[in-house]
Amino acid sequence: MYVAVKGGEAAILATHDLVAEARRGDEAVPEISVAQIREQQGLACARVMNEGSLYDADLAALALKQAQGDAIEAAFLMRAYRTTLPRFGSSEPVDTARMAIRRRVSATYKDLPGGQVLGPTYDYTHRLFDFALMEASNIMVGLDPTISEREGEPHSAEDARVRPEHDAKPLDAHMPRVPDILGAEGLMEPEEPPEGDPRPFDLTREPVSFPADRDVRLQAMARGDEGFMLGLGYSVQRGYGNSHPFVGEVRVGEVSVAFVPEELGFAVDLGDITLTECQMVNQFAGSKDVPPQFTRGYGLSFGHSERKAMSMSLVDRALKCREFGEAAEYPAQQDEFVLYHSDNVEAAGFVEHLKLPHYVDFQGELELIRRIRREREERLARNQDTLPEAAE
Amino acid sequence: MTLHTPVTQDAAQPAYNYAYLDEQTKRMIRRALLKAVAVPGYQVPFGSREMPLARGWGTGGIQITAAIIGPQDRLKVIDQGADDTTNAVSIRRFFEKTANAKTTEATDEATIIQTRHRIPEAPLQAGQIMVYQVPQPEPLRKLEPREAETRKMHAWAEYGLMQVKLYENIARFGEVTTTYDYPVLINGRYIMAPSPIPKFDNPKMHMSPALQLFGAGREKRIYALPPHTSVKSLDFDDHPFRIQSWNEPCALCAAADSYLDEVVIDDQGKRMFVCSDSHFCETRREDGHRGAMLADATSSGLVGESKL
Amino acid sequence: MTDETLIGPGFADPVFQSQGAFRAILAALAEPGTRQAVTEGLTPPNGLHAAAATALLTLADYETPIWLPPALRDGAAGAWLRFHCGAALVAEPGRAAFAVIDGLASAPALADFDAGTDQFPDRSATVIVQCAALEGGEAVTLSGPGIPGTRTIAPAGLRDSFWAEVAANSEAYPLGIDLLLCHADALFGLPRSTRIEGAF
Repeated sequence: MYVAVKGGEAAILATHDLVAEARRGDEAVPEISVAQIREQQGLACARVMNEGSLYDADLAALALKQAQGDAIEAAFLMRAYRTTLPRFGSSEPVDTARMAIRRRVSATYKDLPGGQVLGPTYDYTHRLFDFALMEASNIMVGLDPTISEREGEPHSAEDARVRPEHDAKPLDAHMPRVPDILGAEGLMEPEEPPEGDPRPFDLTREPVSFPADRDVRLQAMARGDEGFMLGLGYSVQRGYGNSHPFVGEVRVGEVSVAFVPEELGFAVDLGDITLTECQMVNQFAGSKDVPPQFTRGYGLSFGHSERKAMSMSLVDRALKCREFGEAAEYPAQQDEFVLYHSDNVEAAGFVEHLKLPHYVDFQGELELIRRIRREREERLARNQDTLPEAAE
Repeated sequence: MTLHTPVTQDAAQPAYNYAYLDEQTKRMIRRALLKAVAVPGYQVPFGSREMPLARGWGTGGIQITAAIIGPQDRLKVIDQGADDTTNAVSIRRFFEKTANAKTTEATDEATIIQTRHRIPEAPLQAGQIMVYQVPQPEPLRKLEPREAETRKMHAWAEYGLMQVKLYENIARFGEVTTTYDYPVLINGRYIMAPSPIPKFDNPKMHMSPALQLFGAGREKRIYALPPHTSVKSLDFDDHPFRIQSWNEPCALCAAADSYLDEVVIDDQGKRMFVCSDSHFCETRREDGHRGAMLADATSSGLVGESKL
Repeated sequence: MTDETLIGPGFADPVFQSQGAFRAILAALAEPGTRQAVTEGLTPPNGLHAAAATALLTLADYETPIWLPPALRDGAAGAWLRFHCGAALVAEPGRAAFAVIDGLASAPALADFDAGTDQFPDRSATVIVQCAALEGGEAVTLSGPGIPGTRTIAPAGLRDSFWAEVAANSEAYPLGIDLLLCHADALFGLPRSTRIEGAF
């Protein structure tokens, strides 16, 4: 009613209290700590760091706690905070060839320098509930009872057989990236910076124009919604985009970040971050000037987030269609479509803004439709005796 | 008239810059605003920031207000014409909190009016700045989804597609069926989206003495109308532009020349029509104008006495 | 003694002084030909009028290259802008986002500055013209957006070809540069949308 839209301020304050109540849930259950989320929900934190465009596991965990586990709301919190942070500059490029590997798999070679490192992965778990997790503590997460030898018995962290492989024997120090191996043979599309190696574009500071260059596209996809990127990557595989990819390599591990302060003039190590990198190897028939070669799709994401990095690398290759003179027929090949719609914070805002009052506009529509119907009835009444209604 | 008391800064709050945005961001927005003013109706791309309010909920307007507001200003925020709608309250609180802004509901006292979907009924004055929240700044977007294409259409003033679309409307329905966000031609050059105001409000833009600024945060565009700028709603000689009209005046204040909201009173189809501009309606009632249902509405508690 | 020690202070209160100055500049360009005074309290470096210095301090930063006449670029004004705005000072007028020119200097021509592109007419220069006075010169009549009917201004100390150049600039609309004519702490705005009539 007329006054129902009044008193908005009190209503807004009340919703804040109700959210706080809902977030806490049953007070008989102990409250979850940020440290618990950071340590035990690491993959959720990685997603929030990616889509929030900010590498900070503690804040990601806080965001998840505050947002009741809603990943998009959590990413929104991260971004709104990130935008207020002062910028000291850009780091030196990270070198993923020197990553401290936790996991590294290639689908293109049976074996390769550095070997295949399975590392922590859900890939070969059977998705059977581990009901022991319901109650017990001090159990290593993610173990599949069907592939362990002592079925049904909980495994303690001290059990050597459940330790990651690389704790047992040291990995090779040298882990060349698969595209570099192909590149040495001249079979891989070279990856060269644009002329003058300019500072990469930052779409959080500058407006994007189209067609968008690769640095813009990669940044947008790295922040993009995992589900949206997954769907687009999948569409490429299913024929909506001409792609025949092989996973050249997926690697997960820690790389160090270095920064050169203006006043020092030499690089300072800022610490390590966990990254997931995926390089897809795709075919390219070649052109008049270029012999047939493999082309690359690249994905890089924070934390352990293989699905995201792989989806991104599929779409990255699809978006290169312009550079290779391929037709851009499908959504995953169209930079405007991908960049404008992959940002889930923007998308969620605009979809959900439909909740806001629109009654002024709706009144305009009501007035119009009533009048058009009235005029149509009058016209029909006039014509009834003389003419049959013309088919439209 | 209601003056809101600013919410005092809580010591526990993080120390954000005045009006939330950092100074570098304000400079970037201010430069975009000046170019927007110099080319009326042209959409200037800007580095829209991630705001603590959701995209689509006024972040473009908020960034403009944050870039222009100062201690001398008095801010009015409306949504659907009303000062008390939830999102208007939320945005007003944002500026009370971050800029210690002086706020008002009185249109003639405001130096900055941030709005979603309406232009106040009281005529705007010289020196006032209107800030519109814009969801879709591109008037051609429904006809051509690709930004690379619409940008060329504006560059070359190739607006044939828009004329065709409007004429198809007329051929089918006997009139242009766009009722809000009705496209306008600015200074004889650019077609512009006036934001989703009802077309009823379009004529108020033409040659307005106020400066009108438009912010689309999610779409990262700013555009502007300087005062005294020609704003023509697109039409045809044989089908001139018309605004909405109602068969009855406002049920509360008897205004016959304001935009009305329809309020459904019961489930028997009974309804009343009342001003969408809440401050305009209240001012008229204070001045003694009485609509047909004012007494009923007051006695049944629909209209509070506190506002009168 | 180094240049650094000669650099005078900028805004004492950057947030509010730049906000006030911006509103004056916004009003100047929104209502061409209305005299606007910028915030008081800034001592400009040698060679810059207070309004020009205030406008640059308000609007320029490391993202906006500035063109200055060589004597200013190599002097206190250049050092002051580098220090307070972090702006790059460029030698080619065509690369500048902001420029300061002397009203009487024969070069550079207004046409030497970036007028934007048809798809991005906003990517054009804003040129600050330092005048001998904002009145007492040749009168020109302005019309267009921001002006109810017409408005007359008569700034003094402008080169002979100046108004013909301004008229040519507005002919290229929506391309074109935007002008701020300033003297002491006051300025006029002349955006490209303004049409000029006079005896030039």
